[in-house]
Amino acid sequence: MNPSRGPSDPGGATRREALRRALLAAAGLAAADRPSLAALADDFDAPTRAPAPDLASVPAAARAKSVIQVFLWGGMSHNDTWDPKPDAGYDYMGEFAGVIDTKVPGLRINQLFPRLAAEADKFSMIRSMTHGNNGHETAAYLMQTGHAPGERLAYPSVGAVFSMFKGRDYKGIVPPYVVLTSAAGRFSEEGFLGPRYKPFATGGDPNAPRFEVEGVIARGIDDGRQEARRVLLDGLDTMGRAMAGNAELEAAREAKARADELILGKGKEVFDLSKEKADLRDRYGRHTFGQECLVARRLVESGVPYVAINYPGGWDTHSNHFATMRRQCPQLDQGLAALLADLHDRRLLETTLVWCSGEFGRGPKVDWEPPWNGGRNHHGAVFSVLVAGGGFRGGHVVGESDGKAEEVRDRPVYPVDLLGSIYRLAGIDATARLPHPEGLEARVLPAASEGVKAAGLLAEIM
Amino acid sequence: MATTTSRLVPAVILLVVSIGQAAAQTAPPESRARAHRRPIDPLYESVRKPEPAGPIDRAVFARLAELGIEPVLCSDTVFVRRAYLDVIGTLPTAAEVRHFLNDSTHRRAALIDRLLERDEFAAYQAMRWGDVLRIKAEFPVNLWPNAAQAYHRWVRESIAANKPYDRFARELLTSSGSNFRVGPVNFYRAVQNRTPEGLASAAALTLMGARTDAWPPGRLRGMAAFFSQVGYKPTREWKEQCVVWDPFHTLARAAAGDEMPRGFDDEPPPLVPQPLVAVFPDGKAVTIPPDRDPREVFADWLVRPENPWFARAIANRIWSWLLGRGVVHEPDDFRDDNPPSNPELLACLERAMIDGHFDLKRFYRTVLNSQTYQLSSISRSDDPAAAANFASYPVRRLDAEVLIDAINKVTGTAELYTSPIPEPFTYIPRDMPAIAIADGSITSPFLTLFGRSARATGLEGERKSRTMPSQWLETLNSTHIQRKLEDGPALKAILAPDRRPAEVVADLYMTILSRPPIAAEKKAIAAYFRSPEARATLAVDLPWALINSYEFLYRH
Repeated sequence: MNPSRGPSDPGGATRREALRRALLAAAGLAAADRPSLAALADDFDAPTRAPAPDLASVPAAARAKSVIQVFLWGGMSHNDTWDPKPDAGYDYMGEFAGVIDTKVPGLRINQLFPRLAAEADKFSMIRSMTHGNNGHETAAYLMQTGHAPGERLAYPSVGAVFSMFKGRDYKGIVPPYVVLTSAAGRFSEEGFLGPRYKPFATGGDPNAPRFEVEGVIARGIDDGRQEARRVLLDGLDTMGRAMAGNAELEAAREAKARADELILGKGKEVFDLSKEKADLRDRYGRHTFGQECLVARRLVESGVPYVAINYPGGWDTHSNHFATMRRQCPQLDQGLAALLADLHDRRLLETTLVWCSGEFGRGPKVDWEPPWNGGRNHHGAVFSVLVAGGGFRGGHVVGESDGKAEEVRDRPVYPVDLLGSIYRLAGIDATARLPHPEGLEARVLPAASEGVKAAGLLAEIM
Repeated sequence: MATTTSRLVPAVILLVVSIGQAAAQTAPPESRARAHRRPIDPLYESVRKPEPAGPIDRAVFARLAELGIEPVLCSDTVFVRRAYLDVIGTLPTAAEVRHFLNDSTHRRAALIDRLLERDEFAAYQAMRWGDVLRIKAEFPVNLWPNAAQAYHRWVRESIAANKPYDRFARELLTSSGSNFRVGPVNFYRAVQNRTPEGLASAAALTLMGARTDAWPPGRLRGMAAFFSQVGYKPTREWKEQCVVWDPFHTLARAAAGDEMPRGFDDEPPPLVPQPLVAVFPDGKAVTIPPDRDPREVFADWLVRPENPWFARAIANRIWSWLLGRGVVHEPDDFRDDNPPSNPELLACLERAMIDGHFDLKRFYRTVLNSQTYQLSSISRSDDPAAAANFASYPVRRLDAEVLIDAINKVTGTAELYTSPIPEPFTYIPRDMPAIAIADGSITSPFLTLFGRSARATGLEGERKSRTMPSQWLETLNSTHIQRKLEDGPALKAILAPDRRPAEVVADLYMTILSRPPIAAEKKAIAAYFRSPEARATLAVDLPWALINSYEFLYRH
């Protein structure tokens, strides 16, 4: 039994019980369900998840108020970026032999990331992320839900779980789960939680002269016309007036008022990058990803619990790999480094957890032969994840891959370890039950009894 | 809540003074006090006094008198829109509205007759049945695409042919054969839990309006025996499966639809036929001889006129579809401790169903022609009992499918409906309205956002009609709707620059709100489109405002 979570720690137990009660209330579950839930939770906590690292150093209070997730859809090469193996030679390193030092002694990354190198004290690098899954959809599901794909239930993503748990106390105008700028496509973020927990996808381009946020800022309609339209709409609300006091219409009116706060009121200002100084915008980079990072900072500043940036470009570089990396890596470097520095400067990094990862890495050995002509294949056996802030310590490296970045050499990190750590830092009970529409048994993360591989939370950097 | 109460206080005083002591004694004083007078609104209401048109109205009006509520009828323009939306799930065109308003003195009854013969009647009611019967190819019921289509086709054709409901139910319960060829066998496949108990629960929910988890223990077990000989048999065809009567259990019951049962190619083991003991939900036991399919024995018991569940459940269900709530509410929650709000009314509906020999169109016609269905939607009471007793027609947001169809019709545009699984993707022809989509797996972001049923449980409540802020973002301000307004050919034709402004406004109102504009509205519009430039550049703001009005978005 873990010392920080055992019965000898009444504070922790009370907190967990409070969370559980809140969740039960949210799920509308009968009181009769409580004992069995508690039993299952204890089962999850029991030391069946070997080898459990020491969590005594993990702070009890929730430190991460918000999360910014940068998702590199397609799967970014790890050894061309954050886990270079210069000794592995041309067949592995290809065109990117250059490796640079970072601010952290001993941490060396690819030369495509000079700005991140300068901020290396602010993040930690997991170099032993692994799940062994090489399919885009299934690996993306694993990385964002922690659950094995192919189960009967379609679990919600970490963002939807945040939106459910954190959304309860969040009173902001912007929805609690925002995606910049478009949803992931064939991945259903809300899962069985249903449309209420769907992320709000902004659409538009924050690097355009006007960031046209879908549903908030309409194309070709300026603010003056928006307001004039409302006067017209109110003037023509004949039935609404005839039915003043109708409960159904009153509820609709309240919902509309919330939408209008976004469209006409303060809500949309959070998306208005013209309020930022030009040189700060330049530092983030005058490209879509850079400005997305800036919007993400503005969103967490206003209290939004979960922001996901789906990188505006693919990393599925089977062919044309090196050219794509040359184009995209500098933008990723610039936006991410500026984001970490800016969050740090505003003292937001302590409460904002940032994580950046694809669904897997890419084959360490270059496919030189046609038709790839210098490409890299899917690789789920080992890859790298950047984590920062929100209670994660910076300047550390977690785990290690082997000499050719093909397999985990030391300290594997599985999806449940990473997500479990994020939930822990945010004060979300990973054993809590999720409200399934048909009352089926479903929890935030799978229990050890479900046979999911786990190697323990990231206690070394928490 | 506090503000509502305080606003009511003057009305309460006025009423107590005007009604006087004697009247107050005949009804609970509290409910009496909550009714309030409101002048007739000629735009939405009729000055004609409602007279009970039959036993349904007499049962409702007697209760309204007790509550101190004087019912008011809706206007003709409200009625035409309401009837189109409720009966065929489709917005009337401007021409249809004008035709109705110029019709004979019995125009409402004539319209009801016309609508019940429309193709969209079968399509729209089949959509509602699709929710109840869980017609969906993929997760979580996994009917598979061909079977979902076959099932839906059977439902739609049954409604179009006005198949008597007792026959409809019997075919659901007793059919055997391929899921691709015999539509109703999918009744036994559209359940996640294919144990005898699971099948019995589905039959109880669908055909008896009862949730078995609220039953006394033992009742479900007794009923499950009728479904203990249902077998599922695969064929050589991909995802084809036969539902059969399998008295000797030669087919191991597959837990999931895609599992191959063992014993498929084996000879059935020699078994001695045994009689089966089952118990009807009313407590009567029956011994079924081995040569009879127990499903037929159950169906014989169920569809009799004197069955205490069957006629009542379907009558109450259709009533709730038309009137927004059941006499027993929810309509799929019949149980002793959930009594009908008006037992006399429920008895009338049941009698109407039985006297009509389960002729559903006749039942629709009876309800639609009642004065109760034709009441105004402007409430004259804040008593919760008023809504439960049908004092006014309840305002409800349009179904997701009906709403997008209406927007498409007004603008002359179409949607893309797809299903990403199984591959290859399924696409639906662009001219198909959303109400006609057979399969719940085929969808669009709009339908999901506006609370279309997930078709997982068969509960009526799975369809969500609560209005959310994100839905307003969609209709007020999304690119999706804005494009339709700006580029829709039907709208462009109305807004053509060479037309007179008064004609444009009149056509927009008829097309979008099914009525002419009133003077105050014309004034507000004239103020907005003061200059020719405003008319030219802002024209689309008028249909934008109209489709975002409660009058468009809500049934009323």
